[in-house]
Amino acid sequence: MRRRYDAFHQQDGDFDRFRFRVGFAAVAVLFAFSILFARFFWLQVMHHDYYATRAEGNRISLVPVAPSRGVIVDRNGAVLARNYSAFTLEITPSRVRDLEATIDSLAGLIEIQAKDRKRFRKLMEESKNFESIPIRTRLTDKEVATFAANRFRHPGVEVKARLFRQYPQGDVGSHALGYIGRVNDRDLATIETAGQDANYKGTDHFGKTGLEQKYEFDLHGQAGYEEVEVDAGGRAVRILSRTAPVPGRNLTLTLDIKLQEVTERAFGDRRGALVAIEPETGGILAMVSTPTFDPNLFVDGIRTEDWERLNNDPDKPMINRAIYGAYPPGSTFKPFMALAALEAGKRTPQQTIADPGLFNFGGHVFMDDKKGGHGLVDMYKSIVQSCNTYYYILANDLGIDGISGFMRLFGFGQRTGVDIDGEAEGVLPSPEWKRRRFKNPEQQKWYAGETISVGIGQGYNAYTMMQLAQATATLANDGVMYRPHLVKYITDPMTGERTMIEPEPLRRLPFKQQNIDVIKRALVGVTKEGTGARAFAGAEYEAAGKTGTAQVFSLRGEKYVAGKVHERRRDHALFMAYAPADKPRIALAVLVENGGFGAQSAAPIARMVFDYYLLGKLPKGAAQEDESAVEADE
Amino acid sequence: MIAWQHLARRLWHGAVDHLDAPLLTITFCLMGVGLATIFSATYDSENRILNQLVNMAVALSLMWAVAQVPPQKLMRFAVPLYVGGLFLLVLVFMFGITVNGAQRWLHIGITRIQPSEIMKLAMPLMLAWYFHSHEANLKLRHYLIAALLLAVPFLLVAKQPDLGTAILIGAAGFYVLFFAGLQWKIMIGLAAAGLAAAPFLWHMLHDYQRRRIMTLIDPTSDPLGSGYHIIQSTIAIGSGGSAGKGWLQGTQTHLEFIPEKHTDFIFAVFAEEWGLLGNLVLLVLYLLLIGRGMMIAVNASTLFARLLAGSITLSLFTYVFINIGMVTGMLPVVGVPLPFMSYGGTALVTLCTGLGILMSIQTHRMLVKK
Repeated sequence: MRRRYDAFHQQDGDFDRFRFRVGFAAVAVLFAFSILFARFFWLQVMHHDYYATRAEGNRISLVPVAPSRGVIVDRNGAVLARNYSAFTLEITPSRVRDLEATIDSLAGLIEIQAKDRKRFRKLMEESKNFESIPIRTRLTDKEVATFAANRFRHPGVEVKARLFRQYPQGDVGSHALGYIGRVNDRDLATIETAGQDANYKGTDHFGKTGLEQKYEFDLHGQAGYEEVEVDAGGRAVRILSRTAPVPGRNLTLTLDIKLQEVTERAFGDRRGALVAIEPETGGILAMVSTPTFDPNLFVDGIRTEDWERLNNDPDKPMINRAIYGAYPPGSTFKPFMALAALEAGKRTPQQTIADPGLFNFGGHVFMDDKKGGHGLVDMYKSIVQSCNTYYYILANDLGIDGISGFMRLFGFGQRTGVDIDGEAEGVLPSPEWKRRRFKNPEQQKWYAGETISVGIGQGYNAYTMMQLAQATATLANDGVMYRPHLVKYITDPMTGERTMIEPEPLRRLPFKQQNIDVIKRALVGVTKEGTGARAFAGAEYEAAGKTGTAQVFSLRGEKYVAGKVHERRRDHALFMAYAPADKPRIALAVLVENGGFGAQSAAPIARMVFDYYLLGKLPKGAAQEDESAVEADE
Repeated sequence: MIAWQHLARRLWHGAVDHLDAPLLTITFCLMGVGLATIFSATYDSENRILNQLVNMAVALSLMWAVAQVPPQKLMRFAVPLYVGGLFLLVLVFMFGITVNGAQRWLHIGITRIQPSEIMKLAMPLMLAWYFHSHEANLKLRHYLIAALLLAVPFLLVAKQPDLGTAILIGAAGFYVLFFAGLQWKIMIGLAAAGLAAAPFLWHMLHDYQRRRIMTLIDPTSDPLGSGYHIIQSTIAIGSGGSAGKGWLQGTQTHLEFIPEKHTDFIFAVFAEEWGLLGNLVLLVLYLLLIGRGMMIAVNASTLFARLLAGSITLSLFTYVFINIGMVTGMLPVVGVPLPFMSYGGTALVTLCTGLGILMSIQTHRMLVKK
């Protein structure tokens, strides 16, 4: 009984303890749930704003929308650069596990050639990691449909509608236009310096050369953006809002693309450069560098073969000879020398010299090109017949400082500031230039004999056709000098507002009009009865010009016979001219590399340019070299 | 006619007599909320509602069946279930299939089973039976043996590694000891010893477990790896605010930012769409469930029934606390589902079987007294 009682009692005690422990557990549970509730309160009330922002940040992604690039048209509205929309097949490498397998699989659906693969690999090396890179461009509708049906099998691959740049004129005017290519590290640095990072987020092309480069920030426009809801995988689920991009501004050029084409055709397959300027404004009517290239090749990333072909071509088609090639001006320098003489009072127009056919300077003999000389030569005759001896003596009289000081006014040896990059400075020789140019004290010294060569546009003289054309236009314009430029005005596509590139005179050269007139009369004489007469025979307008020949290779003591010299060692042919002579509408400088005499190959090109520009006459093929002009010229 | 009615009433009573209305009502509420949340979490990909309804039907049937079995009979299952479970755990240890780096599953012919799940109930059954059979003269050594019975399966499961389940098994066993009257000073001593052994335990942990604890302290240390889950679920909960974004409106949920959103992380989905208010309702539902379980435990007529009911009830609490704790970023991420909410059949079956046991204890009480 007692034992049972004890057991019972103990059981009762156990039960009380159990109830107490349940109670304790209940308190513990309540306490634990209070902690949970406190945590909810902390997250959902106290820090709600923070987490709400984080959720929005997760959800919404700003996707930049690249603006459409400005259009480029010539002075008559002919389209030189435009955009068209096309579908591209693009791969985001970071989202693809096996790139090769993916491309192979795509090749089973859509034609992907070896060149496409090669270009893809090249672009991949150049690009940032997260970009999508085109494997095929310009898909047909059928190809787009084929891929769409198989899209699920290719994560990281998508079809995108992109705007492509197109240059409908092909290789005409390509040096002026330039081209765009995919943004590279150097472009990124440029963008960053310009503070345009945000604006270029969605842009994958950038102007690389020419106007496309120079006016990049005008042409580009203002990027728009889409607020896109994205999922955790970064895929866009839907568009929440859209801010439209502002298209780039359009360029209207001073260039006349028809004239450009005529001019390029006039060169045929010869290498050379020509710059034609409207003297009244400085607007460039044609800027030619031959051979040319097709800028369309660069737009989607140039194929390796094309790049190598252009780069390895001995004719160097990628070089813009018009602004980068510096050549001795030869006799085209003479009119400027003559004007310098008049302005300095060293000569009068009537003053004559006797030309024995040579000029002996300190024991060194400078030969005239005409055996026996030109006889009695005044200023007019010195230009019309291009008498060297006249200028040997004149150079000596003016002195090198006199020459360089005067020529600097015309812009020789300085960049013209034309609105594309890559301009060479050229060389306006002077004792000071020589000191800068050479290290060796022997070489730094200026020799009086060197002045003599400079006088006929040889020696150290080296100018771009842009400089020579600017000088010619300035002369034609009676000393009013303009900065040559390719863009006439920039149009805002939204407002239609035009920003004119005002033809502002750089300076008015302080020359006496009567002196200028002397030179201008002589230049007309050149095309009538002088070295340019054959090229301008029967012209329906009065042209003024001067031929020139620049020595490429010094033939020591040997007689220069064009036919016997290797083509690459033939002289460069030059011509500077403007027309009509009384009221010039066009001024130009033209150079044919290894073209021989100026009258032989350069002047006929100038004739074609004038005939087309002034009369609308279309030439029949390239300008013919005038073999007989060889005898008549300097 | 009367006979027919009599028959119908008898059938009805046969069906519902052993169900507990409060437990069942709360469970249905939780399941309803769970279904709505699973629908929101899965409707834009693969809708899981039908599957979950089937899971619920199976689990509720089992609950009903278990509720019919009197506790005395349940007691008979304790030893075979525990020994069988232990045997299977050893088999898993030796031949188990490795899924996601953890060896948890065992192939038995056509399907595979997770023996650790059996242990969640076998453990409290076993210990409750053990204490019940030594009720008259409990000595310290009984507690020691009970601790041993607890430690072996715990370590086997922890070794798999499945820390979440191991904790649940260990907790279920510990609650029996606690309710059986384990002395406070021993519990406090053990806790102190555990703290002292923490550095040693740290070395025992697997790399991924250590990483989870590290990311708990600083989730941003591995924002794309194991910290990602915590960061995204706290963003979901926090952005829900006080009233929530509304059902089907959770951006974190529908844009796939929440991982495991219909299973272990379903609370993040719920909290994003229903906010603090919804959370409060959910906590109250769980509190009612636990409260009812405690009432059943207190009212139970045998030691076995009391210990078992108490342990099952506190196990429910443990599920809830660990799951919400980890989803809100307070506890490391371990595989513990949210009771009656998370998608998945296995957990539902275990939980409902536990409810069935509670109902059995509650409804067979009178019979015992009579």
